[in-house]
Amino acid sequence: MPIDFNFMVGGEAGQGVQSVGFLLAKVFARGGYHIFADQDYESRVRGGHNFFRVRVSDDKVDAIAEEVDIMIALNMDSIELHQPDMVTKGIIIFDGEKIKGVSGDNGSLLSIPLEKLAAEKAGDKLMINTVALGAALSLVNYDLNMLNEVLIDRFGKGKVGDSNIAAAKAGYDYVQSEHKGNFRKIKPLSETKRMLLTGNEAISLGAIAAGCKFMAAYPMTPASSIMEYIAAKSKDLDLVMVHAEDEIAAINMAIGAAYAGVRAMTATSGSGLCLMVEGIGLAGITETPIVIIDAQRPGPAVGLPTRTEQGDLQFVLHAHHGDFPRAVLAPATIEDAFWVTVNAFNWAEKYQLPVIILTDQHLASSHATVDSLDLSQVTIDRGMLFSEKEDDPLEYMRHRVTKSGISPRAFPGLGKALVVTDCDEHDEEGHLTEDAGERAAQVQKRLRKLIPLEKEIGTPHRYGPKKAETTLIGWGSTYGAIHEAVDILRREEASVNMLHLNELWPFPAKSVADAVSKARNSYAIENNATGQLARLIKAETGYDISGRILKYDGRPFTPAYIAQAVRKEAR
Amino acid sequence: MVTASDYAGLKPAWCPGCGNFGILNALNRALVEMKIEPNQVLLVSGIGQAGKLPHYTRGNVFNSLHGRPVPPAIGARIANPELIVIAVSGDGDAYGEGGNHFLHAARRNHNITYLVHDNQVYGLTKGQASPTSDVGFITKTTPYGAANPINPIALAIVSGASFVARGFAGDIDHLSNLIKKGIAHRGFALIDILQPCVSFNHKNTFQWYRERIYNLEDEKYDPSDRKAALEKALIWGEEIPIGIIYEEDLPVYEDQLPALSDGPLVKQKIDSRRVEKLLAEFM
Repeated sequence: MPIDFNFMVGGEAGQGVQSVGFLLAKVFARGGYHIFADQDYESRVRGGHNFFRVRVSDDKVDAIAEEVDIMIALNMDSIELHQPDMVTKGIIIFDGEKIKGVSGDNGSLLSIPLEKLAAEKAGDKLMINTVALGAALSLVNYDLNMLNEVLIDRFGKGKVGDSNIAAAKAGYDYVQSEHKGNFRKIKPLSETKRMLLTGNEAISLGAIAAGCKFMAAYPMTPASSIMEYIAAKSKDLDLVMVHAEDEIAAINMAIGAAYAGVRAMTATSGSGLCLMVEGIGLAGITETPIVIIDAQRPGPAVGLPTRTEQGDLQFVLHAHHGDFPRAVLAPATIEDAFWVTVNAFNWAEKYQLPVIILTDQHLASSHATVDSLDLSQVTIDRGMLFSEKEDDPLEYMRHRVTKSGISPRAFPGLGKALVVTDCDEHDEEGHLTEDAGERAAQVQKRLRKLIPLEKEIGTPHRYGPKKAETTLIGWGSTYGAIHEAVDILRREEASVNMLHLNELWPFPAKSVADAVSKARNSYAIENNATGQLARLIKAETGYDISGRILKYDGRPFTPAYIAQAVRKEAR
Repeated sequence: MVTASDYAGLKPAWCPGCGNFGILNALNRALVEMKIEPNQVLLVSGIGQAGKLPHYTRGNVFNSLHGRPVPPAIGARIANPELIVIAVSGDGDAYGEGGNHFLHAARRNHNITYLVHDNQVYGLTKGQASPTSDVGFITKTTPYGAANPINPIALAIVSGASFVARGFAGDIDHLSNLIKKGIAHRGFALIDILQPCVSFNHKNTFQWYRERIYNLEDEKYDPSDRKAALEKALIWGEEIPIGIIYEEDLPVYEDQLPALSDGPLVKQKIDSRRVEKLLAEFM
């Protein structure tokens, strides 16, 4: 029988929900399982209600499930809010001595004196969450040694590690001796450990692998962990991360570094990107390659700071005044985020333009297992560079008008060539000009770069039968949920397929038109309120997407939600 | 051998008699006297009449957005600390639109020289009040008089800049010397330059400044005394001190970046395989 098992850890901010959730995900990833885990948290440091869901599967998973098999409830809210999510034989672990007055089906409620065990066996009553972790793993008879390894990795071999191991054992043993129920057994699958990454970690690794040497950013949820990761690795990997005074400074610093010759990026979320908009145009007119990560969250303005949305697509396509080329990418999965980021740096330099990567809170802070990232597949293409051996540096012109629109780059101070550029319209040399002919030539030259760039855009991902009555269309982080919804519906014999885009601009109009024209019904499935991709498809292909399944409550799609919505639409 | 002809740029589009000419001449002279080749220099400017200066000399040029010369100057300098990075602004660019960057660049003490052409008025947009316009200055946007001006010298000192000076566009010898000292200084060097605007500021004229300025070198003054520097910074009106107001050897931002100990970032090779050891941490 296939394994597709779901844990949930719920509690207040500050109770260690994230920590236990992560350790759960880690211990199964170590055992060779595929994991998808998401985080739902409020914009506060203490209190409130947060939860962390961990899906464990023996097959690849890219989405969260709605049902929960085992819940660790660290507060009453977890029980009250999520009891309806429990499967029939699911179990809720809680401390009945701390959380009083719990009602519900007694068979599913497992009270364990977590705090008492933590105090007695681990000498620290704060370790209730580790006791609960041991108890949860005991319910499925998982290998306790594997948890011990993970705890040592996390807390070290000293006193803290030992206490955690004692706490986990206390919970594990308690369930083995006191719990009479017969529960499903999950054994480690294989010796193959899997990497467990968040979307932001995948992007950070992709940037470092691509040779990004400089990042400037201003903290903003859910993008901040990118700048923190780059800063943490700056010593070992010779990187610079500048915590700028604001987003305006951040993007302008990155542009300065890129002009000087290093690969550079910034990362933010919607309202931070609003401040960066002038920089997008600056990169456009000065033809400076930069990568901008927009980890979307619901807007407008501050919106829902810790939640997810795909509301920035139309914004990033148009952000800034005037006509100039840009590229917009949207990773489909956490693994894809690595490769899309590598690609972004290559495109930025080959075509000398801003590349925007659209992720969202769901992708940024969810964890997934990634089989392997084959670094030998990483290619670095820095585009056309000026050679002082072949050409006279005194004749160098940064914005030389060429057939492809791409002018070879030189870097200031590395040779005799003077590198001149301007945010005013400029002549080929880079000096400001108001000449009508030179203006037109520079506009055309910049836009010509789109022609080779368009050829780089791949065919959007297709899944399911080539011809189907219904086509589900999505972009970015909804890939996993839509993909699995197609599976669910096809098991019900529905004629469904999927079209998914992770490269949005330049828009692959021909292949999208081809796919859309073949479907009787097409549904745009988007985490926004107006169907921003559907509008883009209409604008670029002329095709109307007949239906829209939109979610803009700040929460991610689940496969079951999409399947149900499609069924409803089909009726 | 570096000569004045190495720094002959495009013909300036400034008004005849503009104070900017003096600043341009002083900068060129400083670079020639320091034997700096144009390709070693990066001039990063903003928008305004001052922002055009880099086009009228020679060097690497990044003419940036209004208010933003400092952030790209910082990024470029970190990417390649072998570049001599000079940012150029007017008073609107530096202290209005770019005020936040000015404070934080001073605070972090980035190793750049910042020339601010301070004519106390907006020139390019034709005569509106600027952040440094004298109180009561009447313009089309301040018909009841400008509000209190900000004090860039005092702001730079309290924000942590390690070199703060005031020059005068009408004294090229003195200004050129200040620019040389600013370039030679390690850390954020602000040179606020009194620059008469012959078209839109009929109050703060060459004559007006000449009657008021005095050279700090002519009196016994120790610019390393921060308190004394702040007192000097507050002097404005009947007397205006010029020269180095504050100079101290303070930690520079770049020095705390371990990545730069292996040479300029721009000269470091890209090696994707170095990520391998990071991947292992996620197992």
